[in-house]
Amino acid sequence: MKASDIIKNGLIKENPTWVLVLGMCPTLATTTSAVNGMMMGLATTFVLVMSNIVISLLKSLIPDKVRIPAFIVVIATFVTIVQMVMQGYMPDMYETLGLFIPLIVVNCIVLGRAEAFASKNNVWHSLLDGLFMGLGFTWALTLIGLVRELLGAGAIFGHSLIGGNDGMLLFILAPGGFLVLGYLMALVKRMQKKS
Amino acid sequence: MAKKAQSTLINMLLSLTIIAVVAAAALAFVNQVTEEPISLAQKAKKEAAVKAVLPAFDRLEEAIVDGTACTKAYGSDGQLVGMAIEASTEKGFGGHLEAMVGFDTEGNVSGYQILQTAETPGLGAKAGEWFQKGNKGDVIGMNPSTELKVKKDGGQVDAISGSTITSRAFCELINNAYKTFQKGGIE
Repeated sequence: MKASDIIKNGLIKENPTWVLVLGMCPTLATTTSAVNGMMMGLATTFVLVMSNIVISLLKSLIPDKVRIPAFIVVIATFVTIVQMVMQGYMPDMYETLGLFIPLIVVNCIVLGRAEAFASKNNVWHSLLDGLFMGLGFTWALTLIGLVRELLGAGAIFGHSLIGGNDGMLLFILAPGGFLVLGYLMALVKRMQKKS
Repeated sequence: MAKKAQSTLINMLLSLTIIAVVAAAALAFVNQVTEEPISLAQKAKKEAAVKAVLPAFDRLEEAIVDGTACTKAYGSDGQLVGMAIEASTEKGFGGHLEAMVGFDTEGNVSGYQILQTAETPGLGAKAGEWFQKGNKGDVIGMNPSTELKVKKDGGQVDAISGSTITSRAFCELINNAYKTFQKGGIE
């Protein structure tokens, strides 16, 4: 397998959000603004990279029958580290993302990549896979957040464009999340078909 | 590459035990490193809230009144100038709503800051600004000796449009804080 394939897979061809449609819970819940979506994506990326590396290193030491609990312990460890570091050094961000950070543990992308990729490939490829799957997730979440923030609050990355007034609130609330996700997914599919 | 470990009982036990022990050690280490910044961040947040809700003061003093954490503020002449009280209610639209409320010595609301909220973004979550000085629902300067109520219930507070439940909860929260304030006896 070539490194460039892994990169393309993560960012576009097997993008976790648009193509694999994994990890929809944080995708819908944390994308109320572009910054929130991006931070959630980056936190997940960190966990993905670290867990992919460790699981790839340990793959021959973990017996098949207990691989899932072993993977989960590794993933949960890194998630807890992210949580504690965020709480200590980025308290504001921690407050907004709060509940969804511990939920990275059960994000299907992380366990999915551990099981489907890291447990079968070498460390270097696993690292690349984790990094670009994570970045694929990050750009998708940032884009959804950007659209929802723009329509729902009239702002881009927290900079208000319409001066203090409300946007279309619907887009910040849950239904707007589904709408934006659906339309963007259709759009991305359409563009992929063309190219 | 080493041969894959077989799923024998001893292998399974060993691998899981080792992974769990290493994970626990790593977490213990990170916990130790981040313990201080976390408590500092929480303290800084609380202090900023106290500062934001009180009239100008010189010195602060922590107190517990009726089981609630309060901060008494004294002026440069040693006179009490106000009191900040952490109050909460469970009647918010999203349940728990918590705020720091400041009172001057007469019991007028001198400021408030929301500490914890689960209100709807864009609606109830506006409580953070809505009731501040100069805004539509301005409660600053009001005296809750006559209970604060939203206009719909015959009170004097302008409710957030579309968020009457949050507004009611907010009024109750201020009233709760006032009760503590009275018990806390500003002499």
